[in-house]
Amino acid sequence: MNRLNKLFQNKQEPLLSLYFTAGYPELNSTVDIAEAVEKAGVDFIEIGFPYSDPLADGPVIQHSSQVSLKNGMNLKVLFEQLKELRKRVSIPVLLMGYVNPVLQYGVKNFCDSCAAVGVDGVIVPDLPMYEYEELYKENFISNNLSNIFLVTPQTSEERIRKIDELSNGFIYLLSSSSTTGKNLKVSDVAESYFSRIRDMKLKNPTMIGFGISDQASFNKAAEYTRGAIVGSAFVKFLGTENAMQRIPEFVKSIRP
Amino acid sequence: MNKEYLQSSIKWGVNEKGYFGDFGGAYIPEMLYPNVEELRKQYLEIIYEAGFQAEFQMLLKDYVGRPSPLFHAERLSAKYGTNIYLKREDLNHTGAHKINNTIGQILLAERLGKKRIIAETGAGQHGVATATVCALKGLECVVYMGEVDIARQAPNVARMKMMGAKVIPATSGSRTLKDATNEAMRDWINNPVDTHYIIGSVVGPHPYPDMVARFQSVISEETKKQLLEKTGSENPDIVMACVGGGSNAMGMFYHFLDDEDVKLIAIEAAGLGVNSGESAATTSLGKEGVLHGSRSILMQTEDGQVIEPYSISAGLDYPGIGPQHAHLFKENRADYVSVTDDEAMQAGRLCAELEGIIPAIESSHALAYLEKMEFTGKESVVICLSGRGDKDLDTYMKYFNL
Repeated sequence: MNRLNKLFQNKQEPLLSLYFTAGYPELNSTVDIAEAVEKAGVDFIEIGFPYSDPLADGPVIQHSSQVSLKNGMNLKVLFEQLKELRKRVSIPVLLMGYVNPVLQYGVKNFCDSCAAVGVDGVIVPDLPMYEYEELYKENFISNNLSNIFLVTPQTSEERIRKIDELSNGFIYLLSSSSTTGKNLKVSDVAESYFSRIRDMKLKNPTMIGFGISDQASFNKAAEYTRGAIVGSAFVKFLGTENAMQRIPEFVKSIRP
Repeated sequence: MNKEYLQSSIKWGVNEKGYFGDFGGAYIPEMLYPNVEELRKQYLEIIYEAGFQAEFQMLLKDYVGRPSPLFHAERLSAKYGTNIYLKREDLNHTGAHKINNTIGQILLAERLGKKRIIAETGAGQHGVATATVCALKGLECVVYMGEVDIARQAPNVARMKMMGAKVIPATSGSRTLKDATNEAMRDWINNPVDTHYIIGSVVGPHPYPDMVARFQSVISEETKKQLLEKTGSENPDIVMACVGGGSNAMGMFYHFLDDEDVKLIAIEAAGLGVNSGESAATTSLGKEGVLHGSRSILMQTEDGQVIEPYSISAGLDYPGIGPQHAHLFKENRADYVSVTDDEAMQAGRLCAELEGIIPAIESSHALAYLEKMEFTGKESVVICLSGRGDKDLDTYMKYFNL
C-alpha cells in the first residue's frame, strides 16, 4: 500500500489534487511548488514532465511544457530535483506525462527512479492498456507504483471494467472528451455519465479531472466521485505574478 | 481491382495487434480510443465490401484519372545507362498520389456516418486532396496547417478555400506539419462523435498506417500490369520512391514486398546534409520511439523530445516515418538512403530538361538517387513520380534564378 492508497482509505472528505508542470515557471520551482501546495491543504499532487508534442493538452499546458523544456527540464533533471521531495513533502505525488520520454529513459529505470524518490503513481495517457499489461505492469507493481488510467464519456463499460481490474490507485474520469483546459459545463450528459460510473460500483475510487477550475465544478465532481483534479487553471495561475505567495488563496477558491 | 490485390503481405503486413514487427500499435490517450477503435473494428470489412469497391474504382478511374501511366523515360534512361520507368502519379487529379487515399477515406467516413472531416497538411497537397473529396461529397472540411507552411504555400491554401475548406493555422511548436498533426488530433479529441480524421500518410495509430497503405497500393498494383505489358515481366529489378511519412513509397512498394528479388529503395530528404543539423533523414538520425500514436523511428533528443526536421521539400519535412517503413528498414527489406536539397533540385531540373516533366521537389529526391547508383544497362527501374512540380515553381525559380 502506497501513500495514495492510504489517502483514499483514510480520508472521507472530498479530495483535491493539483497538477503542475515540472520546471515551470522556473527550472527549480518544482519542489517549492509541491511544498507550498501541501501547506495549502491539497491532498495529492501530479507533477507533469514536459514533452515537445503534448497532443492531449490545450494551450495552457502546451505553453508550460514549452517553457519547461526551454528551461532545461527533462526526466534526469526532474529525478535529480525530486531527491529533495520526501524531505519536504509528505502527501502522495504522481508523475504525469507522455510515453516517449519514458521509453527513452527506459520504463524499468523510470519506475525504479520513481520509487527511489518517493513517487507513488504515474499517469501516462498514451501508454496503451495492452502494452502496459504485457510489457510493463511488473515494473510498476514491484515498485509499489499506482498506474492511473483515464476514462471518458465514450469509454465502454467493458473497457471500464478492464481498467478497474488493472488499476490500483484511482480511476481518472475525464469530465468530457476534450483536451485539457476547457471549463466544465455541468450538462445533463456529464451527470448521467458520472452517475453511470458511480453505479458500476468499481473496486477503485474515482476522481474527476479536465475542466475543473472553481468551487462549483469541484463540488459537482465531489457529488459523484472522491474528488477532483485541477490542472490548467492552476498552471495558468502559476504564470501570474507572486503566484507562490498566493497558492493558499488559489486553493481556497476551489475548496474553501 | 482484384480483391487479392488488396490483401497485405503476411510477412511484411500488419499483425492482429496492429504491429509491423516491433513497430506500430496505437499509443493514444483514452480520448482517442473510441474513434480509433471504431475504425479498427470496421475498416477492413468496409473497404472490401463490393459496393465500396465499385464506387472506389469508379472514382479512381473517372475522377482521379487512373490508371496513371507508366512512362519509359528514354532520355533519362540513356543518361544513366539503364531502363527507367516513371509511375506518373503527378498526372492524377490534384497533382499527386495523395488523392488515392483521400478518395478511400471519404467513402469510409460516409459509411461510418461522419459529417465532418479534419486533416493535417504540410505542403498543402494532402489538404487539397482532402478539400477536393469533401467538396465532391458535400462534407464539412477543416484542414490544419502550420502557420509557417501557410505563408510558404499560399496557392494551395487558396485552392482549399476555393473548394470550401476551412484552413486553421497551427500556431504551436514549430508551426509546421508535425504541429498541424497535433492540432488535428486535438480537434478529434474534442469532436469524438461526428468527425473523421483523414490522415495523409502511413503514420498515426493502427489502423491508419495499414489502411492508407492499402488505399495507396493501387500504385504498385497498376505498375505490375503495366510493366508486364511493356517488358514481359511484372517485376522490375529496382523500385524507388521518396519518403517523408512514406505513403507514396508504401503504395509503390506494396505489391513488391513479397517478391524479394525486387530491390526496394526509399529516399529520404537529407536537407543541407545528414549531419548538418538541418535534415529530415529519419532512418540515419532517428531512434525508436513514439510519435503521433505509433511506435516507429523518429528524430529525437536523448530525452525523447522530437527534433524539428528540415528539408527544402515541405512534403518530406517530417521527423518520423511510418511504422511499416521502420519494419522494412530494420529487417533490411528496403534500403533507406538520402539525398540533399541541392541534389534533389538538380535532379528536378534534369528531369524537366530531358523528359519535359517538372517533378514535385519530393519526387525529385527519388530521381536524384540515380546519380549514386551503378547500372549494367540491362535492369529495369521503376521510380514513383509522386507529384507534379507546379506547387514548387516558386522554389525552383528562386533556386535556379529562372
